Amino acid sequence: MRIMKKLLSGNEALALGAYHAGVRVAAAYPGTPSTEILEALAGYPGIYTEWSTNEKVALEVALGAALGGVRAMSSMKHVGLNVAADPFFGASVTGIQGGLVVVSADDPGMHSSQNEQDNRHYARFAKVPMLEPSDSQEAYDLIILAFALSEEFDTPVLFRTTTRISHCKTVVEAPDNLAPKVGEARFVRNPSKYVMVPGYARPRHRAMEERMERLAAYSEVFQYNRVIPGEPKLGIVASGVAFQYAREVFSDASFLKLTMTYPLPAELVRRFASSVERVIVVEELDPFLEDSIRALGIPVEGKSLFPIVGELSTEVVEEGGRKGGLLPPAPTPWGRGWRQDSVQVAVEVGCLPTEVGATATQRRLQSADPAGQGKCDAQPGDGAAASLPLRPPVLCPGCPHSACSFALRRLGFYRSMPTSGQADGGKLPGSMRPSGLIVTSDIGCYTLAVYQPLLALDTCVCMGASIGMALGMEKAGIQNTVVAVIGDSTFLHTGIPALVDVVYNQGRTTVIILDNETTAMTGHQGHPGMGVNARGQKTTKVCLEDLCRGIGIKDVHVVDAFDMEQVSATIQGCVARDEPSVIIVRGDCPLHVRAPGEPFAVRQEDCDGCNTCLRVGCPALVRVGNKVTIDPTMCVGGNCDVCAQVCPREAIVLGSQIEARVQGPGSRVGLMESEELVGGCPRDVGVDVPRPEEKE
Amino acid sequence: MRTAVDVLMVGVGGQGTVMASDILAEAALAEGFDVKKSDALGMSQRGGSVVSQVRLGTKIFSPMVKKGEADILLGFEKLEAARWAGHLRSHGLAIINDQAIPPFSVSSGSEKYPPDELVLDLLHRKTERVFFVQGMALAQEAGTTKALNAAMLGFLSVLIDVINKGAWLESLTRALPARLLDLNLVAFEMGRQAAEAARKPLERGT
Repeated sequence: MRIMKKLLSGNEALALGAYHAGVRVAAAYPGTPSTEILEALAGYPGIYTEWSTNEKVALEVALGAALGGVRAMSSMKHVGLNVAADPFFGASVTGIQGGLVVVSADDPGMHSSQNEQDNRHYARFAKVPMLEPSDSQEAYDLIILAFALSEEFDTPVLFRTTTRISHCKTVVEAPDNLAPKVGEARFVRNPSKYVMVPGYARPRHRAMEERMERLAAYSEVFQYNRVIPGEPKLGIVASGVAFQYAREVFSDASFLKLTMTYPLPAELVRRFASSVERVIVVEELDPFLEDSIRALGIPVEGKSLFPIVGELSTEVVEEGGRKGGLLPPAPTPWGRGWRQDSVQVAVEVGCLPTEVGATATQRRLQSADPAGQGKCDAQPGDGAAASLPLRPPVLCPGCPHSACSFALRRLGFYRSMPTSGQADGGKLPGSMRPSGLIVTSDIGCYTLAVYQPLLALDTCVCMGASIGMALGMEKAGIQNTVVAVIGDSTFLHTGIPALVDVVYNQGRTTVIILDNETTAMTGHQGHPGMGVNARGQKTTKVCLEDLCRGIGIKDVHVVDAFDMEQVSATIQGCVARDEPSVIIVRGDCPLHVRAPGEPFAVRQEDCDGCNTCLRVGCPALVRVGNKVTIDPTMCVGGNCDVCAQVCPREAIVLGSQIEARVQGPGSRVGLMESEELVGGCPRDVGVDVPRPEEKE
Repeated sequence: MRTAVDVLMVGVGGQGTVMASDILAEAALAEGFDVKKSDALGMSQRGGSVVSQVRLGTKIFSPMVKKGEADILLGFEKLEAARWAGHLRSHGLAIINDQAIPPFSVSSGSEKYPPDELVLDLLHRKTERVFFVQGMALAQEAGTTKALNAAMLGFLSVLIDVINKGAWLESLTRALPARLLDLNLVAFEMGRQAAEAARKPLERGT
């Protein structure tokens, strides 16, 4: 067998391992940082792969396949396992026939998530074994072992990665031309194991407890739980990527590297602890290992040195090491050669516009806080560097969510759009309007509309929450009108039961489905409303408007996402009626299928600098002096003319309609020469630029 | 004693930063190094900051470059280079594409793009070895601005002496689609020539 040495991400390695292990069925719902696992699997022959409507369905599909005797896998991001918790716990009770592996990709530091949760707790909670790789090679090796373990112990296996394991690329040695052995599908009827009525479930609970005892014994001899001998003064217990940081920082220490982190190999831990003078646990998020080790009666330190919030890094582990007296103190707090007066310098050279001083100060405080990990990735800031303009993600040029978000903002808590006079004065466009429209939103690209300049959203909690929350506000007696905004993929994920609830319980909620006909934020995966499967093949398409009518919504509208007046008028019409309604705002994602059209341009003699167009939040629009220009390299034109629709002076036209074409910033090379072009503007445009961390 | 070469590549979504870091990592792997790399993924294609970290050496543990330890900062855009300047080690090497891509807060007029003096000042706090590269012009001359990353890698390849030119070319060939390869190889070569010409550290504007 030929061995290849490849550089693979943890997700790619995991998919390759699953393929080599003979996985037959894999189901997932896209979610960062787990998405690439199923994408990679879809490229291998002989595996049925699907994007499921949600993680619960995905795990149920995998469980069904596993009960059918073949190896099956379901992968999801951390919050996905919340959705799939029901079948996850159920699978622990029934056990399996073919191996079943559930991959949970956690996101410490919330690079692309709405919360930070430590899914290791799920292993203990559901009483299943858990494996945690610390690089891509282990991801490959361990996923193969995970299937074997699942079958040997008749249990699903929780395979837990984190962003840095899933997305980092490290070297993997693996067979190049392995022909996987795929088991034959065969269901063996066994109601006392697979039909969980109380009479059958009671003995299964006893079987689960016995299984955990056998697994605990196995964990003691599991080859990937190992001691790396070193100085006896310091003993580090670590797993996952935290192990890598700790190895780098405490290079001479003794290590107990844990890979099966549940159940814990108690005797191995005891032996290790008795061989070293001091036991330190380095782990991300919760004190999962630390608490278990302390419960064994072993004196141990962990979260007293390392933060419970955010992801770890070499720097953070080093900081904890100093705090615990394990390392000599640092020569300077922020590395070598960094001048302490950097912030002052930044002000002197005019890098800090005075009106954003407060915001910049807050940013500096955040970045000067070494415990604010997770921030150091997106915002490495040091003094002057922290005061540099941020580059947060924004809605793309030509985004079909822009017009609707703009319309919602006009109906929302902001009283009015600025007139040209107000804009020039740099004043806020009027005060807040207490009776404004409340917008409950959901998880997707459109959540970016919470930021300036769109300011269109009021809530975002979890997948599918928008509709139920809107109904709840209505039933609570909130006097403001409430609308729910949800994406097409998210609506299909968990929005449908909530819409049924609205109909059944006589709500009058208006639900806006932003339908860009793809799962955009995670990278354009297929979904039922798009009619394209995980392998990119055409499949049956679920029609959203038919679905909504079938549920019992009578007031269903489909509107063009780029027609501002139609979008706005339809929303106002629907909220005025005393019945539930659905507005499907349909328009393609510009990154997905649309070819760019002719770019628009601003007729400079007609532009009075009112900034109304800037409030659409399109990154192709650039303020130059007191006027706005459109960057022709960014404008996608075509069916998006939203800026032209909102311009009160009709100054925005197709580029070819301007005779003496005013040159935009073009490729933007050399824009730095035109510092004086940056003038005053309304304070609510991009002043409080948020950090680039987003929901997904 | 240093046992790793740490390279930080920073830019803006769409500039080809991640692909460039992949090409470096593959070239280093071909030269027999242990390699780990980490990309800031997820929101990057929406015009956000992109950061790729490549570590190569005999044995690498952390996949992330430690702050203040980067041997090389390859900046595809000046603001991003300034933002990450603090991650360079003292006397590290900064190779910066002389291009400004204003973020939304600048194009909407509420913040200012940092002047060259500030960019340079931030870099100079760490190192005197700062190279500004006319990357867009080189790529344009090669045939397309999309070859910017190849031009930047060409420049880097002269100054990172642990990887042979052959390994670079092989890695480029593997990474690029055949129809774009020739063009990118021209850009790579032009980047190399620019580096040869600039070997003596330049400090633009000072």
